[in-house]
Amino acid sequence: MSLSRLSVVDVDLCVGCQSCMFACTRRFGEGGLSKSAIHVKSAGGFERGFVVIVCRACEDPPCARVCPTDALRLRVGGGVVLRKEKCIGCGNCVNACVVGAIFWDDESNKPVICIHCGYCASFCPYGVIKLERQERW
Amino acid sequence: MIVFTVGPLTGMYPLASKTVVMFKSPLTGNLGESHAGGRSAIAIRMAGYGGIVIKGASDTPVYIAVHGDKVAFRDASTLWGMRSSYTVGRVLREVETGAGIRSIMRIGRAGEKLVSYACVVTETYRHFGRLGLGAVWGSKKLKALVISGRRSIKPRDTKLYREVYDSIFTTITKSPIMKKYHDIGTAMNVTPLNKLKALPTKNLKEASFDNADKISGEAIAEKFLGRRVACSHCPVSCIHLAILKEPYATEPYFYKTIMISYDYELIYALGSMLQISSPEGLLKLIDKVEKEGLDAMSCGVALAWATEMLEKGLIDKEILNGIVLKWGDFDNYIRAVDQLVEQSTEFYKALAKGVEYASKIYGGEEFALSFGGNEMPGYHTGPAAHIGYLTGARHSHLNGAGYSIDEKFLKSNVKPNVEQIVDDLIKEESWRQILSSLVVCYFGRGIYKPDVVVKVLKTVDYNLNEEDLNKLGMEILQEKYRFKLREGFDIKKLRLPKRVSETLTPLGIVTPEFVMESVNLYIKKLHLIE
Repeated sequence: MSLSRLSVVDVDLCVGCQSCMFACTRRFGEGGLSKSAIHVKSAGGFERGFVVIVCRACEDPPCARVCPTDALRLRVGGGVVLRKEKCIGCGNCVNACVVGAIFWDDESNKPVICIHCGYCASFCPYGVIKLERQERW
Repeated sequence: MIVFTVGPLTGMYPLASKTVVMFKSPLTGNLGESHAGGRSAIAIRMAGYGGIVIKGASDTPVYIAVHGDKVAFRDASTLWGMRSSYTVGRVLREVETGAGIRSIMRIGRAGEKLVSYACVVTETYRHFGRLGLGAVWGSKKLKALVISGRRSIKPRDTKLYREVYDSIFTTITKSPIMKKYHDIGTAMNVTPLNKLKALPTKNLKEASFDNADKISGEAIAEKFLGRRVACSHCPVSCIHLAILKEPYATEPYFYKTIMISYDYELIYALGSMLQISSPEGLLKLIDKVEKEGLDAMSCGVALAWATEMLEKGLIDKEILNGIVLKWGDFDNYIRAVDQLVEQSTEFYKALAKGVEYASKIYGGEEFALSFGGNEMPGYHTGPAAHIGYLTGARHSHLNGAGYSIDEKFLKSNVKPNVEQIVDDLIKEESWRQILSSLVVCYFGRGIYKPDVVVKVLKTVDYNLNEEDLNKLGMEILQEKYRFKLREGFDIKKLRLPKRVSETLTPLGIVTPEFVMESVNLYIKKLHLIE
């Protein structure tokens, strides 16, 4: 079941509507963005298109390696799962992620990390992102 | 004072991503109101605000940076005078944080130099276009406003919220209502309006343009469309960007590749009104207007009026600083925009205050297409459109959408009558007060119908029924009119430019008597004095 991964199919289809970002926070029944683990920004102005930042579901995730309290458990199929009760909010994981896919929730002072559920993809009308299911990575 | 507002649906539901700005218009002297999308509304709400009020003025150029609860006034003397509003955006993009969750609103030179119809540009391709917000910023020495935030909003019933959200999202993405904006964008109006003979051309000497097919939405999409972009939290992506690739004259194999945002109103004001049939020329002119930060509509109407003044010999080229304005000659129009912003002669100085003002000094009032001081929008569809421009609280086609009332008469083959037009205009304009208070984009008016609005508002703790909303809409409209009157708006001074009656509409000749009778009835029916 966990062998799924959110991936960016074609970033050039992105119009920057950010419906995915709002969907991600809505998983918790909230409006807005503070719980979003996906980010869309322009590639230096709207005219240059967009950058869609999603967790790559690394097999050996650097974020987990730098966590001092072992709060980031390896996820089956790649990436990590946050164990909130262990997290001390140091932010090391944010700095360790090269693609910048770990976000921060100021309200709880803890990282926001993609769980590859694919809820965002169901709100992308342009087919930019997709939840891919595979047997093995 | 400038008031920026968003609404209770912003960040919660799609298409509620407009920022509405209220101010005193330097162009009309009374109610200033302008709406823009981009990332502005989302950024304001996500930074934790329902509104932002800017009072007073700075002695030196400043820009304001708001990141969540941190507010900073920063020196903008280096940004002041920059030749392009694009560059201002580029600089601020680098020095400020919040990529993806911020809005960068700024003025161009037109705002700095207090052109009465200077606009505020946001996210490069969206605008607080009409009524001169840019000049108000300029007068405060406010060059830019950057705002960002990443909050969330908790609805009381999270399950219900998701259900209502899903149904609205599905309607938007699946229904044909939004298709027009989605595919070709507002520019798709060019062809039907031209066929109808309702496309103002050559300063409305004509109502159709022989070469409209060269600058139509379809033509531009086919040859130049390079990218489609959306406002934050709106899946429609109505923003259409054209690509223009131009070789450098002096350097072989060097190209300047620019992207230009276009819409129906720009094609009308800077295209057909100036009889420009070259799409490349039109795009270059739009780009120039964008860089300078002018309202494209007022600017186009001003240039069209000046062209006719020269054509009729009422002014000479000296007064235009040597620029011979000629229908279709986009190079000279681009040069004229420079002169207009610089206000290099007394004539350009007057023109920078709008055609109403300039025509009082130089003559040509009969063909100065101004309505209550605001330059004409691109619909010569019949009497309701023109009555709407005169009576609308901000003298815009978007107030009561007179053009769609005209369309209704045309389709049903019913002769337009005063009573019907006035009732329809008031009904639409007062309902739109609700939509704009919720900052729902007017393009989504077919989605956010009264019953949907009632349902949606419940999820954010506003328990109002349709009757409450209608009453509230009317009250807001009346309040806006009271502000207009307080600031010196005088219905007796309203005039229908003679040109409007000289050029046939699809519904026949629009007579001043019919129009003024409607205007008077409109004011009466607003019941401003209880």
